[in-house]
Amino acid sequence: MAADVDRAGAGATPAVLEAPAPAVRRMGLLGRVRHHGAELLLTAPSFAWMTVFFVVPTVLVLLLAFRPTALDGGVGHGWTLQTWRTISNPNYPSIVWRTIWLSFAATALSIGIGLPCAFAMARIKAQWRPTFVGLVILPFWTSFLIRVFAWRLLLHPEGAISTFLHSTWTIFGWQFRFLEPQTTLLYNSFAVLLVMVYTYLPFAILPLYAAAEKFDFSLLEAAFDLGARPWRVFWRIFVPGVRAGVVSAVMMVLIPALGSYVIPDLVGGPNSEMVGNKIYQRALPDRNLPHASALSALLMLGVLLPPGVAWLATRKRHIGATDTDVVSAMSSPASNLGNSGGRRRNGVRS
Amino acid sequence: MKRLQRRSLATFWTVLFFFYVPILVLVVNSFNASKFGGAWKGFTFKWYEKLFADHAIWQAMENTFAIALGATLASVVLGTLAALAISRWKGKIQSLHYGLLYTHLVLPDILMGISLLLFFISVGLDLSLFTVFLAHTTFCVSYVAMAVLGRLENFDGSLLEAASDLGATPWQTFWKVQFPLLLPGIAAGGLLAFTLSIDDFVITFFVNGAGSETLPVKIYGMIKRSRDLPKINALSTLMMCVTVLAVVASRMMQGLGTRQQQRDARAAASAASPASRQEGQGGRVRR
Repeated sequence: MAADVDRAGAGATPAVLEAPAPAVRRMGLLGRVRHHGAELLLTAPSFAWMTVFFVVPTVLVLLLAFRPTALDGGVGHGWTLQTWRTISNPNYPSIVWRTIWLSFAATALSIGIGLPCAFAMARIKAQWRPTFVGLVILPFWTSFLIRVFAWRLLLHPEGAISTFLHSTWTIFGWQFRFLEPQTTLLYNSFAVLLVMVYTYLPFAILPLYAAAEKFDFSLLEAAFDLGARPWRVFWRIFVPGVRAGVVSAVMMVLIPALGSYVIPDLVGGPNSEMVGNKIYQRALPDRNLPHASALSALLMLGVLLPPGVAWLATRKRHIGATDTDVVSAMSSPASNLGNSGGRRRNGVRS
Repeated sequence: MKRLQRRSLATFWTVLFFFYVPILVLVVNSFNASKFGGAWKGFTFKWYEKLFADHAIWQAMENTFAIALGATLASVVLGTLAALAISRWKGKIQSLHYGLLYTHLVLPDILMGISLLLFFISVGLDLSLFTVFLAHTTFCVSYVAMAVLGRLENFDGSLLEAASDLGATPWQTFWKVQFPLLLPGIAAGGLLAFTLSIDDFVITFFVNGAGSETLPVKIYGMIKRSRDLPKINALSTLMMCVTVLAVVASRMMQGLGTRQQQRDARAAASAASPASRQEGQGGRVRR
């Protein structure tokens, strides 16, 4: 590749010296290499890679959902809707419903908690903001699995929280205990929701903070001067003001939440399974690939639905106004999230 | 305003407490002689000793680093090329190209895992470290491309113009001007790819085969079988120490870089502003 570009560049040089077109010159090497090969050369590697390892497998999932299951655990010949009929049996709708409500609850909680955090972070002195962004991100530099494991230990019947809540306290002569000794904190939907919020909260805080940082806080002063109550000011002026951050945060939390597998698997029980767990069970222990495919197709539909709705609502090409920032923030705590001014941060191309 | 600020700050501190407590408990328990850590039963190093004696864990760690290194290198090349192409050319192909990378970023891990598993089964590729490498490179490309695109978005094209005006060849312009300026974006993308690859569990879990366990897959197995739990505490503590050191080091490096940039910016601003022209005849004379 190097030799190609060099040759092309050298070939183009005399022409450029004679009549340099400004737009071409501004692009440097890439601009000089004018012939069609250049775009192909730069585009082909990743385009081909993504086609082979992303598009083809995705299409494969959709196709396999309509193939029959072979008895030996493989995929049979011909086409069938049998898999989809099996999926509508009474067991699955309850799992789908649970996946939806847990994901939406986790999203709502994350945004509800993330908004005041973003507010607080945007009101801190500018020089301290990168430090606080760092404090939010730092715990999430530890392995995801280990964070879930930490909660499993905390909620374990012999763990710290259980021991604390199950112990008997004598306060003013009254016998007092938070939970009955037999109550288990682990292996239920509550534990799944708690750990989901713990895991996804930073993904809500960061886009919300990026939006709050650009928010004009003098609007709040004005509202207070006009006699509005704090609660009203927060919900009627601040929250609409960071709308773009809220949309971004919903995407960042809801989509991974819908596809949760590890959290319900490790802290949930048989009554808190989600679609992700079923996909795994069908694909690996059961070796029922068409079944796993059908469930994945269902999940794919559910995951693409919210961005589709958001896209229709905003009619913009990029929903995630701050995704690039979040990406860079997750890679380094001292990134531009904390110390940029009014720089344009919408998508890559507007 | 004061009240709103006070309340939101209180929420924020509570959230930070919520973020750090599970991790602190984990660290403390790695030194706790008690197996489940409900109560403190004395200080011990025995979990660390057991950890260092476990060869399977070190093997898994080796796999993890080999995969992370390979996937980072491959995805940095693919992702940077993709970002350059997307920022340079507009049109249907690049829209599609961007769409592919972006959609992949949004899709949950489990869907990538299952679709790649089905793909590898269909083409008859045996699950091994190689399939794990292919899968990791695939999800890392998107992150690298987005990080580099973020850098290209604020790229000052006039610098390239200046370089070519001063007689640099296109090749020199790219390697001596554009590439060094993109380097922070590329490095950030690479760092992100590396950490994501090390941390990935779900995708690896679907596409790894016998003998190609990575550390997260190994840890998952230990958690599932409820065996050696305190060993996981010890391992987590060690991993966190490494992470914190890396973050602090990168912050210090970036801090130095930022200060240098600020100095440069101040120098440039004072050279350009009318105030400096009034104030310093000396500067003018030197020029």
